[in-house]
Amino acid sequence: MSFFAQFDFSVIAPSLPFLWEGLKFTAKLTLIAMAGGIFLGTLLALARLSSIAPLAMAATWYVNLMRSIPLLMVILWFFLIIPLLTGKPMGAETSAIITFTAFEAAYFSEIMRAGIQSVPRGQVFAGQAIGMTYWQTMSYVVLPQAFRNMLPVLLTQTIILFQDTSLVYAIGAKDLLKAAEIAGKNYGRPIEMYVFVALVYFLICFALSRLVKHFQARTAIIR
Amino acid sequence: MNYHWNWGIFLEQVKGGDETYLHWLISGLGWTVAVALSAWVIALVLGSIVGTLRTVPNRWLSGLATAHVELFRNIPLLVQLLLWFFVVPELLPRDLSLWVKQEMPAKEFFTAVICLGLFTSARVAEQVRAGIQSLSRGQKMAGLAIGFTLPQTYRHVLLPMAFRIVIPPLTSEFMNIIKNSSVAFAIGVLELTFQARQMQEDSEQGIETYLAVTLLYFIVAFSANRVMALIERRSRVPGYIAAAK
Repeated sequence: MSFFAQFDFSVIAPSLPFLWEGLKFTAKLTLIAMAGGIFLGTLLALARLSSIAPLAMAATWYVNLMRSIPLLMVILWFFLIIPLLTGKPMGAETSAIITFTAFEAAYFSEIMRAGIQSVPRGQVFAGQAIGMTYWQTMSYVVLPQAFRNMLPVLLTQTIILFQDTSLVYAIGAKDLLKAAEIAGKNYGRPIEMYVFVALVYFLICFALSRLVKHFQARTAIIR
Repeated sequence: MNYHWNWGIFLEQVKGGDETYLHWLISGLGWTVAVALSAWVIALVLGSIVGTLRTVPNRWLSGLATAHVELFRNIPLLVQLLLWFFVVPELLPRDLSLWVKQEMPAKEFFTAVICLGLFTSARVAEQVRAGIQSLSRGQKMAGLAIGFTLPQTYRHVLLPMAFRIVIPPLTSEFMNIIKNSSVAFAIGVLELTFQARQMQEDSEQGIETYLAVTLLYFIVAFSANRVMALIERRSRVPGYIAAAK
């Protein structure tokens, strides 16, 4: 194809440091939202499965609401609402971190709920029988098993989260995609930048999904 | 929090125009539904073909299908959309490239539909593959044993069961495609999210705007859910766990 002759990929090298900054924010956002999302999601899952009806109902509502709105709308919501509540404007980066943690918590909570429900009931009874409190039973008996069973699914959700962070584009936070767009404008070569950034996303996600396969095979052997 | 509520805003006229904000939202809703439904047709047709091909014995065909899935699953939707909009026209032959860039009608709409359709086809393909693989091996053997060719076995034995099994995950994908259509705002499709941002900037009534738009998304996604539930009930096979309920 002679059309590739018009492309000039030499602009990639000088913009690498700038793109690296973007990738660092994407990674930071992914990791914080993953850790915070799994933590809050586990609490939400426990709330949904609790015998206290109002708590279970509130958690169910939160999860179903978050899961039925487009992520893009949630990003715009938080970007608009938080400053209204606190009275001062908030940076796009901070807003993105809060939004993704709150949003992913709903998805992680569904995974953790399935994980908790996959643990046999006898395990809970055994914990109670030797005198453990609710929190002890959960943190020493049920949750460790739930985590291990759900590890591949939690990682798959993290890959989706990693891809979804590109949507912070809408509020102008400087992630990998935004960095590529800015670099593309500065060098007058947006096409090359988009192709390069797609390749970076692809390689990272592809490598991570191989890792998930590896984990799946390992947990399958243990059982 | 000193926010000035104004629920009447939807009936007020937009700045510098003779429409109301309600008109904006309704036309946005129309584009959202149009993008999502058109893309869903592509996703279902292509996803079924690719998902089926992933399970066939021919290594070339299944390899090609796997490549399709990996390619469209491992790049963020927004990045794919920008690739289709900015990069793909550059790769076309000169005349076609010029036509796409300058004259193609509803260019943003078709780009969004193709992109979203292909993106979702990879996910549909994975569900269809899982459905086929969840069937016991005996089904395929039985089909071949009574003299069906492999394509006939797929057509009359495997696919009718596999599709019924994967209706629940396909329902989720249908709802996802409606939610994901919001990304189309990035290339200027005048769908709901685009209209929400425009109305918020124009009217400065952000909360009312986003509440209304969120409700509209909710209604569309919920209707999609009900339609799929109806199909699930109608296509039930007696004797299976799903039929007991």
